[in-house]
Amino acid sequence: MIESLLEICYLIASVTFVLGLKLMGNPKSARQGNLIAAAGMGVAIFGTIFLHEKEVPMVIYALIGLALLVGTVAGWITARKVAMTKMPELVSLFNGMGGACAALISLIEYPNLKHETGALIAVLAGLIIGTVSFSGSIIAFMKLNGSLNKAIRLPKYNIINTIMMGVVLGLGIVMTIVPELNNSINLYILLGLAVLYGVMFVIPIGGADMPVVISLLNSFTGLAAACGGFLYDNKAMLTGGILVGSAGTLLTIVMCKAMNRPLSNVIFGAFGGGNSSSAGDAAAGGTVKDIQISDLAVLMNYSRKVVIVPGYGLAVAQAQHVIHEIELLLQSRGVEVKYAIHPVAGRMPGHMNVLLAESSVEYDKLVEMEEINPEFSSTDVVLIVGANDVVNPAAKSDPSSPIYGMPILEVEQASHVIVNKRSMNAGYAGIDNPLFYNPKTSMLFGDAKSALTNLANELKSLD
Amino acid sequence: MEALSQFIAEHINLIYFIILSIFVGVEVIGNVPTVIHTPLMSGANAIHGVVIVGAIYVMLHLKTDDYAGLITGFLAVLLGTLNVVGGFVVTDRMLEMFKKKK
Repeated sequence: MIESLLEICYLIASVTFVLGLKLMGNPKSARQGNLIAAAGMGVAIFGTIFLHEKEVPMVIYALIGLALLVGTVAGWITARKVAMTKMPELVSLFNGMGGACAALISLIEYPNLKHETGALIAVLAGLIIGTVSFSGSIIAFMKLNGSLNKAIRLPKYNIINTIMMGVVLGLGIVMTIVPELNNSINLYILLGLAVLYGVMFVIPIGGADMPVVISLLNSFTGLAAACGGFLYDNKAMLTGGILVGSAGTLLTIVMCKAMNRPLSNVIFGAFGGGNSSSAGDAAAGGTVKDIQISDLAVLMNYSRKVVIVPGYGLAVAQAQHVIHEIELLLQSRGVEVKYAIHPVAGRMPGHMNVLLAESSVEYDKLVEMEEINPEFSSTDVVLIVGANDVVNPAAKSDPSSPIYGMPILEVEQASHVIVNKRSMNAGYAGIDNPLFYNPKTSMLFGDAKSALTNLANELKSLD
Repeated sequence: MEALSQFIAEHINLIYFIILSIFVGVEVIGNVPTVIHTPLMSGANAIHGVVIVGAIYVMLHLKTDDYAGLITGFLAVLLGTLNVVGGFVVTDRMLEMFKKKK
């Protein structure tokens, strides 16, 4: 009786996962979807703890309770407190925790196995995938928060990585088919190799591609959870895991499409790989001109249409509120203002939308790339704040550029292009931007927040 | 070969289950606007936290004198909770932003 209640709990959880994920696909119902999935998760967790007929010592209940309590408090506080700009690395960190959880389960279960090939495969696969996801996510986390900001590439890293993957898989397979080699020593060697592989897999990949990597590792953790589901014949773990595994893989591919780079290119041909020594030697060395804030204020004040291109620099400088103020000021003068959102603006697809929504920019002011591109030719002023690679015309014109082929915002069609940057340093992908040398372009050097605050003040004084 | 076909026959329900789940996952994500990618990834991230169910199950079957097991299990439950709670709360925070206006 109790056991069947537990099965029903898992059924409910599985349905809420599917439903929640479906609802999350639409901005209107997304929040509800998340809550539904969370509720289902709660049902599965408490069902597992209480709905069984086993005699369990109090100590174990106490330990489970303590772990749940500490995890809940720590997870809740971190998730609530962290700045919006730090979201992507936090997602990566939480993903790594899930991977580690799956790997630890395998470590405990391994000694209990009784010559069942199916279970052994599930344990080993869970260990490998969970561990790779864990160590990879931690590296991705460190790369995004800047403590590891250079892509480190061993010579021939592709070959080394492929060999390593072969060794990890090979050892796993050998352990399943040769019973003599199936022992704890090899298990820990496998664990060590998997940790190392996760590190080596992510470390050569450039920061701009991190979102794709996180999404991929996310689906890995899903698979690791599914392995656990297979091991315990647990339907909630199976549905949850496989769902995330397949949805995550598709999401990864969709993201790659948005950047117009095949997944293999992201993994094997990191930015600046090969021999094109990036840092544009062709375009560099034009002259750039800069513009005074008072002139810019006048220019914008008498424009008909202004398009703002926000980038990660805007978010880092916490300038999203000021930009909204400028938008409102211009609008009160009868200027049409829109935001052009590149699919990968910020650090993750959709990240910029979240950041701007935080400073209460209207949802319908945010225009996606395909829709805004034809509008640039009728735009008077484009104001680019802290964005670089997503407006780099080299992506269209220079086949030797590492970002060649990536769809960009065609800002050079507008009458005036204003670029706010802190300095002439290259952008995230580490490549030069010919846009800055375009005669239509004026540079507004300085920190986004202070420059935009001054601009807002100038605009006010023009009244 | 025989072992393989036997394995498939034994687990045929499971295999159907897995294949259908893969299609559900793909269907559910299809044609999602870019705007929602980050929250969606974050939401999916929270859902695979269901692995915590396995960690709890393991803990329930441990003996009280298996210290290594208890420590590992405790860690697993703790990390799983971080994944679940952190994941859902972060997602909710992101989505809160979309909801704010009317």
